[in-house]
Amino acid sequence: MFFVSHLVNGLQLGSIYALVALGYTMVYGIIKLLNFAHGDFIMVGGYIALFSLSTTFFGLPPAVAVVLTIVGCMLLAVVVEKLAYRPLRNAPRISVLITAIGVSLLLQNLAQYFFGATPMNFPTHLLIPAGGITMGDVFVAYTPLITIIAALISMVILTYLVQRTKLGKAMRAVSEDTEAAQLMGINVNTIITFTFAVGAGLAGIGALLYGAGYPRIEHTLGVMLGLMAFVAAVVGGIGSIPGAMIGGFAIGLVEALVTALGFSEWRIGAVFLILIIVLMVRPTGIMGRSMMEKV
Amino acid sequence: MVNNDPKAPLLPERDKERNPVLECVGLGIDFGGLTAVDDFNITIGATEICGLIGPNGAGKTTVFNLLTKVYQPTRGSIYLDGKDTKHMNTVRANKAGIARTFQNIRLFKGLTVMENVLIGLHNEMDYRLGGALFRLPNYWKAERIARERALELLSIFDMQDFAEHKSGSLPYGSQRRLEIVRALATNPTLLLLDEPAAGMNPAETDDLMSNIKKIQETFQIAILLIEHDMSLVMGVCEGIAVLNYGKLIAKGTPAEIQNNPKVIEAYLGAGGGDDA
Repeated sequence: MFFVSHLVNGLQLGSIYALVALGYTMVYGIIKLLNFAHGDFIMVGGYIALFSLSTTFFGLPPAVAVVLTIVGCMLLAVVVEKLAYRPLRNAPRISVLITAIGVSLLLQNLAQYFFGATPMNFPTHLLIPAGGITMGDVFVAYTPLITIIAALISMVILTYLVQRTKLGKAMRAVSEDTEAAQLMGINVNTIITFTFAVGAGLAGIGALLYGAGYPRIEHTLGVMLGLMAFVAAVVGGIGSIPGAMIGGFAIGLVEALVTALGFSEWRIGAVFLILIIVLMVRPTGIMGRSMMEKV
Repeated sequence: MVNNDPKAPLLPERDKERNPVLECVGLGIDFGGLTAVDDFNITIGATEICGLIGPNGAGKTTVFNLLTKVYQPTRGSIYLDGKDTKHMNTVRANKAGIARTFQNIRLFKGLTVMENVLIGLHNEMDYRLGGALFRLPNYWKAERIARERALELLSIFDMQDFAEHKSGSLPYGSQRRLEIVRALATNPTLLLLDEPAAGMNPAETDDLMSNIKKIQETFQIAILLIEHDMSLVMGVCEGIAVLNYGKLIAKGTPAEIQNNPKVIEAYLGAGGGDDA
């Protein structure tokens, strides 16, 4: 029982990491950019969800808040891509990386300016009802249950999108060889915008689930969450979509396991230890392709 | 022998009545101080098979990169079906009817053979994201039509049975053929082949030769090919342009080119002509 509740906690956290890691990995796969602002998209999504749900602000119905959060994150990502990253399309990768860090700091400081530095309480039970179900002698709350289910459904839809639709195929083609894809008539800018939007949509879902599970929204919430998800993406193999899912769940479970063993203050250290081991033993990650030299 | 007058093209008889598919006028590009291609003029008939040959480093692939707008020309103009391509990028040039293969194969290796061809058909598939997510009828219809079309194109090279294989796992010759199929899928009016026979054995080259003719006849399109294998060039090309140090040194039929002293000199060096 003790074990099951920690397993559920690990899967809940892992679902959120996986959703966020997908955004990192998809953007990296397509333009080889580590979008360090991705964690902050979640922070913005958290605030959108909070303001639209909370009765002291807009008090909108949950369905409307969900749509607003997802669409808000997508719009933010598309605008950031257009204004900050697109002008640097042919610039060295380091310039774009530094720009991403700049965007991250900008979003954090804007959030602090507008919403203050005091953490705000997320109205969890306006999104997911309190209570839960009892399976045998194990009680599972609705929040982790819905988090895991929502994350799995999102991943199934994403896999379908990437594997079966022409936009998904074009995405994979662009990530393999951008120039050849262009010469086949694929509009690369459209595909990049689409990738950012999909990644941020998943971040929006992640923001909602994060708020429901850990109801403390502050302007730096994206920093640690983004970092952990980034580790998940690297452990899974950056650029690989199944890798991000596996990495996310793995990191979530490791945190829960270390907490279960009574070393909760070491849980983040344990994650980085795993990162170091993976980078030493298998630098391309669990699902990563081995680097091939271009001739 | 130098024929640099674009108004005096060497079109095959059957294309004389139709507008040429490609016209380059005074085309040139500099990389810094280096002139890679200069004063390049060529006219290709609507269904002509034309060869572009020259020693290594003559600028042949640069010409392909200019035609596909990977590079923007420093001088001169390119007319595709009479339309100036000055303001086009690679995507627009492809939509305007130009498709190519690569000297070093650039398939999407992690995708299947079928998916590679479907990428070529991307702009032909008429459905939007909403249609795909909600599986509307037009999604199924567009996907089905595209798959049928892809199989049809693959059957030109008898490759339909490999449709679900990863393209990177195909043997070398088949990868080259798949690149041609993928380029054909974008529905071009001018197909550019960059060393299609490279790495092929003589039997495969013979096969390729008949397939190039078959493509030209079936699709009624023009083909411009770069090739070092002279048996292939002399076997399929109706017109040949010879490039050396970025400049055209000769244009003509295979017979004319074979006996052109400038061409022999470019390939073998001055004084080597008698023994060739």
